[in-house]
Amino acid sequence: MYTEKVMEHFRNPRNMGEIPDADGIGEVGNPVCGDIMKIFLRIRENRIEDIRFQTFGCAAAIATSSMVTELAKGKTLEEAWAITNRDVADSLEGLPPIKMHCSLLAEEGIHKAINDYRKRQGLPLWEEKASHAHEHGEEPECEPPAGTGQQ
Amino acid sequence: MGQRIVYMDHAATTFTKPEVLAEMLPYFTVRFGNPSSVYSLARESKQAVEEARGRVAKALWATPEECYFTAGGSESDNWALKGVAFANRKKGNHIITSKIEHHAVLHPCQWLEKQGFEITYLPVDRDGLVSPADLEAAIRKDTILVSVIYANNEIGTIEPVAELGAIAHEHHVPFHTDAVQAVGNVPIDVRGQNIDLLSLSAHKFYGPKGVGALYIRRGTRIDPLIHGGGQEQKRRAGTENLAGIVGLGKAIEMATADIEGHNRRIQAMRDRLIKGILAIPHSRLNGHPGKRLPGNVNISIEFIEGESMLLSLDGYGVCGSTGSACTSGSLEPSHVLLAIGLTHEIAHGSLRLTLGDANREEDVDYVLQVLPGVVDRLRAMSPLYADYKRTCG
Repeated sequence: MYTEKVMEHFRNPRNMGEIPDADGIGEVGNPVCGDIMKIFLRIRENRIEDIRFQTFGCAAAIATSSMVTELAKGKTLEEAWAITNRDVADSLEGLPPIKMHCSLLAEEGIHKAINDYRKRQGLPLWEEKASHAHEHGEEPECEPPAGTGQQ
Repeated sequence: MGQRIVYMDHAATTFTKPEVLAEMLPYFTVRFGNPSSVYSLARESKQAVEEARGRVAKALWATPEECYFTAGGSESDNWALKGVAFANRKKGNHIITSKIEHHAVLHPCQWLEKQGFEITYLPVDRDGLVSPADLEAAIRKDTILVSVIYANNEIGTIEPVAELGAIAHEHHVPFHTDAVQAVGNVPIDVRGQNIDLLSLSAHKFYGPKGVGALYIRRGTRIDPLIHGGGQEQKRRAGTENLAGIVGLGKAIEMATADIEGHNRRIQAMRDRLIKGILAIPHSRLNGHPGKRLPGNVNISIEFIEGESMLLSLDGYGVCGSTGSACTSGSLEPSHVLLAIGLTHEIAHGSLRLTLGDANREEDVDYVLQVLPGVVDRLRAMSPLYADYKRTCG
């Protein structure tokens, strides 16, 4: 069901771990729905010098986390903000439809982390899109797409 | 790649035993006659079907006339639920089932609700057992069917079917059980266990896929599900799946020949596997510790998610399953794990390994050797584990 690229990032995730004194942290997802993604940023001169992630979730959630950190590393905040879930999914050579929401988590995770940094710097926050994926802490809605069977 | 494969998903399906396949093969190419035709080739087919029916009856302590072939467990469940519901509509519209049924029972129940039937879903305790007292309290004058799974496919808990059946009978209500996971693992006696309808499926006990049976006790009011030709005593239309039926017959005979001996071997592996996995900190066994299918291991491992565990295990050639949402096509974890009171997080971290004839003791050693590393790796990635270590570690 997964592309070779997804499996490769799942087996060998890039930038896994935490940054002890991160300049910005974004946490998205909800354990109730089976996925939480946490993104840590170190920012130097408006650029993402280092980025790391921790993820609880399925292989797609881990692979999208890994991919989004790879895409964002070294980018300016403006460039990193412009990364879309589509970019993440495309870089992984596609995701199964039911797993697209993992790529949304990745996009939202970066946005949250960047805004956390901006908040700490006293900068005006950038406008985040309405949350596609579920927010941590809110009453989650784990939307069931068209079901498949199970034994 | 020649990688070692350790198949521990026997609850999903089993391999077809060579002896079963050998009996089936002539019925594709040589003895292919339609059992409903009149010539001798057809009579041979008819005879083969009846011989298989006899084997099913013997395995269940039923009579052959009470055993009907279907296309599998899902059809048998659908037939039992819908067939009894519509045949008894004038008597009442209330059906009782449990919260831990397979979807092949739950979804027909939900569909019947749309048709105006009323369904009571009995709860289960922490081990997954349905309480006979709860059933007693739920039965009403207009109850027309009780359906409770014999042994649960996810957590392996074996229900007190004989007791549940006795209660149903005291109130003159027919009792159906989905025994798809039970056949070959638990001795079944439809009369002694007060069962009126029983579903089974060949591919769960080393027979072929796409064939099953429904036991219907003589005198049970039930409408057909599939209308058409006069096969199966005019109750289930369609040209017989001849080779499949032959395979089912051989498989059920083999699976029920020595249940006790078979279980001893499988259970020993199961208990060693359970003990070994529970050595991983923050893990818990799901399902009843004793009243449990001989091959079922279901363990929740905290702070990690089931699908990533399965795919990691697959990297080592280990085939298992999970109650996590991520493999079921929905984002909700298994209804069974939620019904036994697990939180969503813990349910997402469940791992089901089901042992059977494909396994040897060294498979257990192998899984116990690779699983801790898989868990450690995923926990190292998990923000939940990091939070836990910060606050409690």
